[in-house]
Amino acid sequence: MQATDLMRLEDLEAHRSYSDRKHVLSIQVENRPGVLARIAGLFSRRGFNIDTLAVGPTSDPDISRVTLTLDGAVHPIDQVTKQLHKLVNVIKIRDMEPEGTVARELALFKVSAAVENRAEIVQFAEIFRAKIVDVSRRALIVEVTGSHDKIQAFESMLRPHGLLEMVRTGEVALARGGE
Amino acid sequence: MRAADALFKSLEAEGVEHIFGIPGGANLPTYDALVDANLRHVQARHEQAAGHAAEGYAHASGRVGVAFGTSGPGATNLVTAIADAMMDSVPTVFVTGQVRTDLIGTDGFQEADVVGITMPIVKHSFLVTEPQQIPEYVHDAFHIASTGRPGPVLIDVPQDLARQEIEYSPPTEPIELPGYKPSVEGNLKQIRLAAKAMANSRRPVIYSGGGVILAEASSELRELCAGDNFPVTSTLMGLGAFPANSPQWLGMLGMHGTRAANYAMDEADLIIAIGARFDDRITGKLSEFAPNAKFIHIDVDPAEISKNIPAHIPIVGDAKAILPKLTREYRAIQTDSERLDGWWGRIHAWQKGYPLTYEPGQDGEVKPQFMIETLHKVTGGDAIVSSDVGQHQMWAAQYYGFNEPRRWINSGGLGTMGFGLPAALGAKVARPNEEVVCVTGDGSLIMNVQELATAVTEEIPVKVFLVNNGYMGMVRQWQELFWEGRYSGVDNGSSPDWVKLAEAFGASGLRCEDSADLEEMMRATLDHDGPALLDVRVSPRENCYPMIPAGNAARDMVG
Repeated sequence: MQATDLMRLEDLEAHRSYSDRKHVLSIQVENRPGVLARIAGLFSRRGFNIDTLAVGPTSDPDISRVTLTLDGAVHPIDQVTKQLHKLVNVIKIRDMEPEGTVARELALFKVSAAVENRAEIVQFAEIFRAKIVDVSRRALIVEVTGSHDKIQAFESMLRPHGLLEMVRTGEVALARGGE
Repeated sequence: MRAADALFKSLEAEGVEHIFGIPGGANLPTYDALVDANLRHVQARHEQAAGHAAEGYAHASGRVGVAFGTSGPGATNLVTAIADAMMDSVPTVFVTGQVRTDLIGTDGFQEADVVGITMPIVKHSFLVTEPQQIPEYVHDAFHIASTGRPGPVLIDVPQDLARQEIEYSPPTEPIELPGYKPSVEGNLKQIRLAAKAMANSRRPVIYSGGGVILAEASSELRELCAGDNFPVTSTLMGLGAFPANSPQWLGMLGMHGTRAANYAMDEADLIIAIGARFDDRITGKLSEFAPNAKFIHIDVDPAEISKNIPAHIPIVGDAKAILPKLTREYRAIQTDSERLDGWWGRIHAWQKGYPLTYEPGQDGEVKPQFMIETLHKVTGGDAIVSSDVGQHQMWAAQYYGFNEPRRWINSGGLGTMGFGLPAALGAKVARPNEEVVCVTGDGSLIMNVQELATAVTEEIPVKVFLVNNGYMGMVRQWQELFWEGRYSGVDNGSSPDWVKLAEAFGASGLRCEDSADLEEMMRATLDHDGPALLDVRVSPRENCYPMIPAGNAARDMVG
């Protein structure tokens, strides 16, 4: 056996691709009933964990886009994508490279806001380019969009003030550039 | 015409000649249309059996098997067969009735969300929402079921839609499935790499699986091996793709494979896996599987490649397309023809030292292995053999010796007891001129024994050879070997009188309790002009060896 003929074991392990990073998969699917159930079902059946999931239409009414994130340290990413590819309604899968991708998440935070800390919350909101979308005597609702990390950071700033409720959409993502 | 009539027109357009099924409320329109349809319906007695019969039909013929069931319980009864077809990649189409569209979601009578229930166990499925979808869905379903890695496709047809009038015209446009484009041809660069690795190997083994049979690539496999004397081993699903009587064949590998096959895998420097998926029954302990080998993996399903074992040379595509190219590339390389002599010396030593063998029975005791050998003798070794699941399955796999593909039909992936008899029915319907025998056990047969009624009523003359040891034999073997002999739930106790049972169904029944009578009784059973059962009382405590205990390495074989 000539070693040069074959992939090295390290490459093979890389090929199996437990990466350390979180992956954003952008999946184009046929816009048909049940497609989301097939994708979600595949994940649970194969023991893969979905971190976040967002589904919406694309410019083509026959095609929807599913954006899902998962932890590449836990799941071999090539196995996940190959299994997804086997679904007949899945047209295209893209494992989004972080550098070449614009990814955004939307979050709403309801934070308790008494008179004494209200100004500080508004100030944080300005720094994070968030918007106050509801004001009541005891609480504010703040809307923020941005990367996963930014929203994480914003949440940690608000939390000491008393986070009453929060909701996050999961990431949506597009590749940069003109393709 | 009614959509239900269009359903049959569509099936006929796909070349369907036989279907297996049972009617019920929700598929009454379909069964009404069946009266005028131009195909044979085999009425099973349980939908699970209808599904297995469709599988047996597909296994024996290579064509798509079709099974029908009604909504709710009819559909859920099909689930085991659907899962079985998924695990063994059997090209099948299942058509279920569904309750009326206005009842869907209301917990209507005999309603079950069969599309939802079966989602993890189908290759694809269709819920008909407009009656005019039916011809297109049938067309797509047959394409999906039979191409790429084959598998089961489900079409769920609500009762009211089946009754509506539609314009039927046969689908003429090419199939447009944007997400479904199986790779077939294989990358030539990778094929060249594989040929080179084969030419450079000193201890190669070809590990051929069920995919070779599914791809109809048996002659291409033989051609590849003819160029050089590569040793070949086959999986349970791959038996017959390479002739068992070839000196190059090492026997089956895996949990109950031969020592020669398993030790050869263990010491190989190159393993050429073709249409095989490195199932845990093959690999045993993954980390100690073939520790010295590089792997060439040829498979039409890219998700199988590097799923369990990382492949050094992955080749995605159909074995039938790839093997001739591989043969050509390999032959173009000047190889040292004696380079495998040492390797064969080692293999021959294993073959000589550890042949498949058993203690002969004393005082007329029928050893199950002897029973299979006798079956081989009386059938000339070329019957289509369906089996159930358990010890008898492994003995049949070890001792029958299959020289041709599509002559060995069993449930490998799901391991479904109750598979054997209905699968035999399907095989006999597909190939009525072949001798079709079912090798089964007393634990398995009773799980779908009602299909003797189908055999008699539909005049399908299958022959059932019952390896009767009074136990759930394989489970008893495991409890004996790995659970300190604490037997639990394995004694079949007062099984029925199988001869009377066969006769009650209208079949012929015989019992054999002495090995001296076996051959003659087997011949009488085969010669009977109709379905027949031979109840053979075999040694009750015989175990199936050799064996790699689950989770162990090949070198730790016992028995």
